[in-house]
Amino acid sequence: MKLIYEKSVAGRRAVRAPRRTVPGRELIQKRLLRARPAELPEVPEIEVVRHFTNLSRLNFSVDTQFYPLGSCTMKYNPKACEVVAQHPGFVGIHPLWPQLRGGGQLTQGALRLLYETERLLAELAGMAEFTLQPLAGAHGELTGAMLIAAYHRDRGNTKKHILIPDSAHGTNPASAALAGFQVVAAPSTAQGTVDVEKLKGFINAETAGMMMTNPNTLGLFEPDVRRIADLIHAVDGLMYYDGANFNAIMGRCKPAEMGFDVCHLNPHKSFASPHGGGGPGAGPVGVVERLRPFLPISRVVKTRDGTFSLDYDYPKSIGYVAPFYGNFGVLVRTYAYLLLLGREGLRAVSDHAVLNANYVLSKLKDIFPAVSDHCMHECVLSAKSLVAGGVRAMDIAKGLIDRGFHPPTVYFPLIVPEAMMIEPTETETRETLDAFIQAMRELAQTARANPAALHAAPVTTTVGRLDEVAAARNMDLAFKEKKSE
Amino acid sequence: MVATIMTQTQAFQANSPADDSAMLATLGLAGVDELFAAIPPDLQTDAFRLPAGLSEMEMTRRLAELADANARNLVNFCGGGFYDHFIPAAVDALAGRAEFYTAYTPYQPEVAQGTLQAIYEFQTAMTRLTEMEVANASLYDGGTALFEATMMAFRITRRRRVLIDEGVNPIYRTMLKCYSANLAFEFVEIPLRDGLTDRAAFQAQLTRDVAAVIVQNPNFFGCLDDLSDLIAAAHRSGALGIVSVYPLALGIVKTPGAMGADIVTGEGQSLGLPLSFGGAYLGFMTTRKLYAHKMPGRLVGATHDAQGRRGFVLTLQAREQHIRREKATSNICTAEALCALRALIYLSLMGKTGLVEVAELCAANASYGWQKLTAIPGVKPAFHSNFFNEFALSLPANAADVISTLIDKGIAAGFPAGRYYRGMESVLLVAFTEKRTKEEIDCLAAALEAALC
Repeated sequence: MKLIYEKSVAGRRAVRAPRRTVPGRELIQKRLLRARPAELPEVPEIEVVRHFTNLSRLNFSVDTQFYPLGSCTMKYNPKACEVVAQHPGFVGIHPLWPQLRGGGQLTQGALRLLYETERLLAELAGMAEFTLQPLAGAHGELTGAMLIAAYHRDRGNTKKHILIPDSAHGTNPASAALAGFQVVAAPSTAQGTVDVEKLKGFINAETAGMMMTNPNTLGLFEPDVRRIADLIHAVDGLMYYDGANFNAIMGRCKPAEMGFDVCHLNPHKSFASPHGGGGPGAGPVGVVERLRPFLPISRVVKTRDGTFSLDYDYPKSIGYVAPFYGNFGVLVRTYAYLLLLGREGLRAVSDHAVLNANYVLSKLKDIFPAVSDHCMHECVLSAKSLVAGGVRAMDIAKGLIDRGFHPPTVYFPLIVPEAMMIEPTETETRETLDAFIQAMRELAQTARANPAALHAAPVTTTVGRLDEVAAARNMDLAFKEKKSE
Repeated sequence: MVATIMTQTQAFQANSPADDSAMLATLGLAGVDELFAAIPPDLQTDAFRLPAGLSEMEMTRRLAELADANARNLVNFCGGGFYDHFIPAAVDALAGRAEFYTAYTPYQPEVAQGTLQAIYEFQTAMTRLTEMEVANASLYDGGTALFEATMMAFRITRRRRVLIDEGVNPIYRTMLKCYSANLAFEFVEIPLRDGLTDRAAFQAQLTRDVAAVIVQNPNFFGCLDDLSDLIAAAHRSGALGIVSVYPLALGIVKTPGAMGADIVTGEGQSLGLPLSFGGAYLGFMTTRKLYAHKMPGRLVGATHDAQGRRGFVLTLQAREQHIRREKATSNICTAEALCALRALIYLSLMGKTGLVEVAELCAANASYGWQKLTAIPGVKPAFHSNFFNEFALSLPANAADVISTLIDKGIAAGFPAGRYYRGMESVLLVAFTEKRTKEEIDCLAAALEAALC
């Protein structure tokens, strides 16, 4: 498709600026102004509308396709949550208004929503307190790692490293490093869970803590989590829970009861706020009582008269991780979703996410070897048996595209060769799962009978496999018009 | 251990209890709890003090009550880096397409060309707006973008000290301090001189260990400056120039690219995003091509398939956490793709002429406001520099008290600078967008005069 810049014709325009109501002109000196206008597109509104409507149709999305992208939890995003988030009483409020009149009198509804969301999340995770400030899951991890650093600084501890399983998401080590920690990889057993005996060898007085996802990235519950927590706590380390997979155990387990001290949750995964093509998300962080003093400011507090107010008086706070109160629009959707589902509904989410994943696993493990016979909310299969015939996990992924399915996550976790990580979610019907299973089985047959057909896939899309090496070499990161002769 | 009996279909679960039973039978299981046999029983609980689920109608009513408990219809002159601009209807209509908002990070480019091409077009728009060479796909917000720029400067220069102007949004400076607490970096804050960057004070601190100078234009007080000389001075000592900008102002304001900036960041909220109580917003970053490999965040590049058809992919991924883990340029994974899409649609609708017109209108409204407000007895301009759409006034009273008084008249008169700057308790920061009318500005002037006498 042409770029919007390639559709530009001088003199055309979409939006008419409002009429000037004030006399006089702006008083800015010429030396402070730009030399020429920015070369933005000159297109009529209909062209803008067609351009973006047609661009949108080039995407696979949850609303159009089954999207079992493992680890990302691509479930249905309820429309009611979208609609309530657009209310003018939410989108129209300025984040500095709470400071214009004592105690946030201008934004009581918004503060109440934040306060109640914090209470609901705290109850679900078993934590004492939550902050909603972090702006994404990885941002939550960084906030959590900074809370761990603040705790140790306050205790006068000299800690150096954080332990992270080798199966972890890449954000875990990157976040720990950004909080000033060295990262030590904790090895997994052949079964794919943390090897506790080996782990003991890495735990010492310099251990600041350990970050874990449970169930882990292989979709397996870490059965020794309590023992691990005891070992870490014995050296005054803290346990961090990466909530990426919380949607497997909602309403059934509380991270605090597993021994975790800090956790982040992903509203765009567990609580069905949309992924937006890569954000915005949110990364609320929960803590146990002893970490409460270090939470970011401001805090939303409920006053004696039942109104809500912002409190900045936390001398041990790590400060501001975001300019305001988090991605408020995302949090409105989170709150709406929590209200819709309630206690039974949230538990049912996990029950059905796990049931659907195990169903897919049971129907595919005979042809694609699995890490384990059972899984939680997602299963990791391997395409390694096809490699000898010249077909890799990526070829299966591209073959799925031609059959109308978004591929699973491939080549992650790193510790499984030719990994295909499938997360069906609870919002898919049995018929959809059966159709996907059927497609996977057919692709395995094609891989053996006619590998070249898979190497050519996808053929149903507007572009085929793209040359990523050329992209990195050419570094064409912004459009430049060809000079007309 | 708790027993779940699935007898009723819960919200958004797709299958019926009969489907559940059939699927469990396929697995050879008698009940759903057996699916969770891997979890030690003592880690399972049903002790959740959570409310029962609501119907959609009940939830909608509850949320509307909360939304209605916030102030509405205030005539807003409060800015502080976050502005009440008009958003054309097509922005919501197009960004509200579910093919965009229910997709995810484009790891499979063949089925994500919509998102990828839009990001490439966004990157292009930001390079043109700032007059820089490359842009990334977005960061969380203007503050985290400034932190990422600082980290990038450390990586490029291998130096550990930055000089930051006190005209940089105080919220962002607070964020930088928060993030640097565990990293061996030094931040030196340089006070303003009559509202502008103090060249001599910067020069005095500009030693060979400085990684970057960080400035903002227009600055927190709305003052405009040409920072070319400061950036040139930074370059002479081997430091980078980082400029935080207000992108809508760049419709008319001299660009950081023209000033010689090395890294440009900013808050993209003014480009078609609602105020929305602080988020979701849009951090962005542009830089020189030379530094693309040191950049954080996603980058989209143009390439082609085997048949020579143009397409777009995530590129230079070797910088990123999913490959480099603790050695990555940043921990960022997902950022704000949908917000970047909104900004791109906004800029496409405004176009080359429209953005200039809106920026001029903001500035014209502010100029008129300046004349009206500085004519009030006892009210003086706090500084004497040029401004874009926001300026600081020195009042003969406590600014926070005056603001509170004017709220009763339905006006959010501005922001009290004393909230962030010691000794500025009488300074009021007033912002004007294209949405403000002469009548509203006259009304503000009358109300302010009445409140002060």
